[in-house]
Amino acid sequence: MKDLIIPWDEHDKGTPARTGAPVTLTIDGFEVTVPEGTSVMRAAAEAGIDVPKLCATDTLEAFGSCRLCVVEIDGRKGTPSSCTTPVVPGMVVHTQSEKVRRIRRGVMELYISDHPLDCLTCAANGDCELQDMAGVVGLRDVRYATGESHFEQFGPSGGNPLWAPKDESNPYFTYDPAKCIVCSRCVRACEEIQGTFALTIEGRGFDSRVSPGAGFDDFLTSDCVSCGACVQACPTATLQENSMIALGTPMRSVVTTCAYCGVGCSFKAELNGDTLVRMVPHKAGKANRGHSCVKGRFAWGYANHSDRILSPMIRGSIDEPWREVSWDEALSYAAKRLQDIQAEHGRRSIGVITSSRCTNEETFLVQKLARAVFLNNNTDTCARVCHSPTGYGLGQTFGTSAGTQDFDSVALADVVIVMGANPTDAHPVFASRLKKRLRAGAKLIVIDPRKIDLVKSNHIKATHHLALRPGTNVAVITALAHVIVTEGLADEAFIAARCEGDSFADYAAFVSDPRHSPEAVEALTGVPADEMRAAARTFAKGGNGAIYYGLGVTEHSQGSTTVMGIANLAMLTGNIGRPGVGVNPLRGQNNVQGSCDMGSFPQELPGYRHVKNADVRAIFEQLWGVEIDPEPGLRINNMLDAAVDGSFKGIYIQGEDILQSDPDTRHVAAGLAAMDCVIVHDLFLNETANYAHVFLPGSTFLEKDGTFTNAERRINMVREVMKPKAGMADWQVTQALANAMGADWAYTHPREIMAEIAATTPSFAGVSYDLIDRLGSVQWPCNEAHPEGTPTMHVDGFVRGKGRFIVTEYLATDEKTGPRFPLLLTMGRILSQYNVGAQTRRTDNNVWHEEDMLEIHPVDAEDRGVTDGDWVRLASRSGETTLRAKVTQRVSPGVVYTTFHHPETQANVVTTDFSDWATNCPEYKVTAVQVAPSNGTSDWQERYAAQAARSRRIEAAE
Amino acid sequence: MSPDKMVHMANQIAAFFNSQPGGGAAEKVAGHLNDFWEPRMRAQLIAYIGEGGAGLDALVLAAADHLNAPAA
Ligand code: SF4
Ligand code: SF4
Ligand code: SF4
Ligand code: FES
Repeated sequence: MKDLIIPWDEHDKGTPARTGAPVTLTIDGFEVTVPEGTSVMRAAAEAGIDVPKLCATDTLEAFGSCRLCVVEIDGRKGTPSSCTTPVVPGMVVHTQSEKVRRIRRGVMELYISDHPLDCLTCAANGDCELQDMAGVVGLRDVRYATGESHFEQFGPSGGNPLWAPKDESNPYFTYDPAKCIVCSRCVRACEEIQGTFALTIEGRGFDSRVSPGAGFDDFLTSDCVSCGACVQACPTATLQENSMIALGTPMRSVVTTCAYCGVGCSFKAELNGDTLVRMVPHKAGKANRGHSCVKGRFAWGYANHSDRILSPMIRGSIDEPWREVSWDEALSYAAKRLQDIQAEHGRRSIGVITSSRCTNEETFLVQKLARAVFLNNNTDTCARVCHSPTGYGLGQTFGTSAGTQDFDSVALADVVIVMGANPTDAHPVFASRLKKRLRAGAKLIVIDPRKIDLVKSNHIKATHHLALRPGTNVAVITALAHVIVTEGLADEAFIAARCEGDSFADYAAFVSDPRHSPEAVEALTGVPADEMRAAARTFAKGGNGAIYYGLGVTEHSQGSTTVMGIANLAMLTGNIGRPGVGVNPLRGQNNVQGSCDMGSFPQELPGYRHVKNADVRAIFEQLWGVEIDPEPGLRINNMLDAAVDGSFKGIYIQGEDILQSDPDTRHVAAGLAAMDCVIVHDLFLNETANYAHVFLPGSTFLEKDGTFTNAERRINMVREVMKPKAGMADWQVTQALANAMGADWAYTHPREIMAEIAATTPSFAGVSYDLIDRLGSVQWPCNEAHPEGTPTMHVDGFVRGKGRFIVTEYLATDEKTGPRFPLLLTMGRILSQYNVGAQTRRTDNNVWHEEDMLEIHPVDAEDRGVTDGDWVRLASRSGETTLRAKVTQRVSPGVVYTTFHHPETQANVVTTDFSDWATNCPEYKVTAVQVAPSNGTSDWQERYAAQAARSRRIEAAE
Repeated sequence: MSPDKMVHMANQIAAFFNSQPGGGAAEKVAGHLNDFWEPRMRAQLIAYIGEGGAGLDALVLAAADHLNAPAA
C-alpha cells in the first residue's frame, strides 16, 4: 500500500485570511502580527493557539452564533466572540480564564442536551467537531434534563413533534436533522461558496431547523445541485456522505485531480486500503480552492461499475462476438494487423486518436506512437471537435493557444463576458467563483442564444443578455468592436504600445464600416441594437474586462474567426496582461488543454510547433532515432473520409467515443465500418467499440500516475490511488503496443515521460514531478524565465511579440433554415452528466438527468401540436432521431436545444458534417431541423440498438 | 472525400482570406492548405483543379500554383 502524504496546511484557522497593513497584538502573552481585518480567532491560530469554535470555519465568513469562542480582552467589558472581533494594535487577549471556561462549558452543555449521545455508532465518529469541542472544553456531565429534544422520535406522551426523519432523497448524502446544532455553516456554504442559496434556517430559537428550499422540498426537489459544500462545512454527522455511512472513516488520503471537466479541481481521495470512501475537495487546490461539483465529488462510482471490461478482447470481424484473450495475444494481434495494413496500403494508412480524458504522459505516448512508430502524423484528438479553433485563433492573434489567466483572476474582474458557455452546468466550480464576484458587484454580459442560469438566478442578474441567433457570433463580436471603435472607447495607449499598428489600422477601418453597426446587423443577429451598444459600452468602460467562452463559440463554421474576434476585443480594450482581465476558453474535458499541448494535432509537434519546421523535427528525430514525416497528417474527419475512400484502414483510439461524440453519426459509422483494424482502448464497450476488432481495457484516473492540464494551463498531479484493475495503466498499454510493433520504449514511470516532454518542449522545460509535488501545481510556460510557472500570460509582450488584429468578416453558414427545416438546433451539456456520459450514466447522477430532452419554445411547440413530455421526431438533412420535448422559454422562438449524453438518443445523427473553415471543428451548434410529434423511437434508433447489442456479445469463456 | 465536401471546405478557406486586407490572398490560401491539408487531400484538390476545378472559388484556383504537390 502506498501512502502519499504531501505537506499542506489543512489547519482550520476559523475565519478567512485577510490582506492589509500589519497589526501586532498579544495573545496569552505571545506576540503575533497579522494583517488588518483579521479576527482575534485567526490571529490566535496563527500564534498556534486554537480557540474552541463550532460555527466558525475559515472557508466561511464569521457568523458569531455559537459563543463557544469567547475570550477576554484587556480593557473591554464582557467576553467577546473571537471569531467576529477584529484585531486592534496592542490588543491583549486571554483565550483561557475561569470565566470563559465556564461559559464554554455552559454552551456545550446546552448543545449536548439536545444531541443524541450515540457517538460510537455515528458515521462522523472521529470526524466530528462537536465531539472534539466537548473534549476541549472539558464537558463532563450534562445537567439539563432531557425534556424537549429534536433527536428522540418518541416523547413521554407518544410521538415527538420536534423530531423529523432523515432526508435521504439525495443519492450521495443524507441529512439527519436529529444531529443538527443549527450552526448555519451549511446555509452559509451554499450561499458563499456554491452560490445556489438552496438552504435556509426555518423557525426561531429552539425551533429553528435547516431546510432545503421552501415548504415541502427535500434535497432532491430543491434548488440543490449536490455540490457537497454543505456536507463539507457541516461539523457534525447531520450532513454526511452516504459512502462514509456505508464504509466507515477513511484512514488514508491521496491528493489527486478530478477527471471530468476543464476546471481541474484538486481532490483528496480518502480510502481504506484500496477502497475509496470519499472524494473531498482539496483546500490547497489552486483551481478550486476547496470547492467541487457533483461530478468530481460524488460521481466516481463508475470506476467500480460492473460494465467495466477488465480483459483484453479481439475478434476477426465486427459480426463476431468478442473473445477474451491475454494482453500478449491482444497486443500482438493488434500489432500484426496494423503492420499488415501498412505493408499493403502504405505508411499513411493508419493513425491514432488521443484522449482528452487521459493524462499528458499518455497522450504524449499516443502521438509518439503515430510519429515515431507508424512514421506518419495521423494523430488527432477529440479537442478537434471542441477547441481546435481556440488553438488557431489565439495562435494567430496572441501567438499561443491558451487561456491567458488563472481562475483566481475572476475575483478581480469588473465586467465579465460569458459567450457560448454555460458555466453553471459545464464548469460549475468556476461558475461558483464567478458568481461570488458578481454578487460583490461585477457586471455580467451573457452572449448566448439560450437564457442560461447565469442570466438570472438567485442573487445574480446579467446586466445584458445578447440572445443572438445561433451562427451569428462573428456579426455580434464585430458589432461590439464597431461601437467601441466608433465611439472612441478603445484603449489607444495599450494598442499603440502592445499591438501591430498596421493590423490595427486595417481592423479599425473594417469595423468602423456602418454595415457592422448594431443597427445594421440587428435583423441578422436578432439582438436589439441599443442593447448591443449598451453592452459594448459596459465592457469598454467598466474597468477590468474578462472574457470567458466555450463551445458555443468554437463549434461553428466560423469558430476560428470568432475566437480571433474575441482576441481583438480584448486587445481593443486593453484587457490583456494583468490579473482580472484576459481571454479564457472554458475547456470541456479535463485534459483538453493538455492533449493539445502534447502534440495531438496532426500538424503540430508538442508545444504547438508545425511539423514542417525541420529544426523542431530534429529535436525529436535525435531523441527518437527516426525520421519524422514533414507533412501534416489527417484530422479525425479527414481520417473518416479517407476510410470511406479506402486509403485509411486502421486506427488506435484511446479513451474516446467518436461514434457518439462526433457529428453526423452515419458518416462516422461508415468510416469505422470501412476500416480493417479498429482498436478501442477504453473503460467500457463504448459505442465506437461496436465497430472495433481489438478492445484494450483502460484504467481510470484513480489507477495511474500522471498529470492533467486544466483550462488555466495548470499542470495538476494525478496519483495512483489504487492499482489498475486490468493490470496495466493506459501509458503501459500504449508502450506495449508500440513495442509489439518493434519499438523499444522502456519507460518505467510516467515521470520519465514528463522528463522527455520537458527536454523537448520549451514551454515545459522547467516542469518535473518534483516541482509539481513541491508547488502543488504549476502553470506553463514553466522554464528558465518562469521557474515557478506563469499565472498570467502576455504581461510584458505577447508571445508572438506584438498583438495582431485580424479582420473578422461575418459569413453565413451554409447550414440554413428553410421550409423543410425551419428551426435551428443547438447543443450543450448539463451539470450532472458529462459529455457522452459513459462515466456519469454509470452513477447515481442519473436521478437528475435520465434522458436527453429537446427544449422548444412554447410558440414553436404549439405550432406543431407538441406538449411538454411528448415524444417528438427531430430531423435534419443528415438524419433523424426521437426524444421527448421540454417546452420552455429558455430557448428563443425558432431555436431548439438538446444535450448529447445518452446513446439511445444519438443526437449526433442529426448534426451535419459542416465544420470550421480553419480547423474542421464540426459545427455542432447550428443544425437546421424540423420537429414533429412522434410515437416512439425512429427506425435508425431501433436498427442501431439491435446492431449495438449484437456487437457487444462476448463469447463465454470455456 | 466527396468532391462536394472538398470544394466546400476549400471555398470556406478562400472566403476567409478573401476578406483579409493586405494582398497575397492566393499565397495565404495555399499556405493554409499546405499547413493543414494532408497530402492525399491536397493531391485530390490539385487533381480536381487539373480537371477544371468546377465550383471552386477563384481564389482557390489562383492558389493552385502555390500548393506543394505532395511527394508520392
Ligand atoms: S449540496 Fe451544494 S447546492 Fe446542495 S444544499 Fe449543499 S451546498 Fe447547497
Ligand atoms: S446541518 Fe450541519 S452545518 Fe448545517 S446547521 Fe446543522 S450542524 Fe450546522
Ligand atoms: S467536474 Fe469540473 S468542476 Fe466538477 S469537480 Fe470535476 S473539475 Fe471540478
Ligand atoms: S465560533 Fe465564534 S461564535 Fe461560533
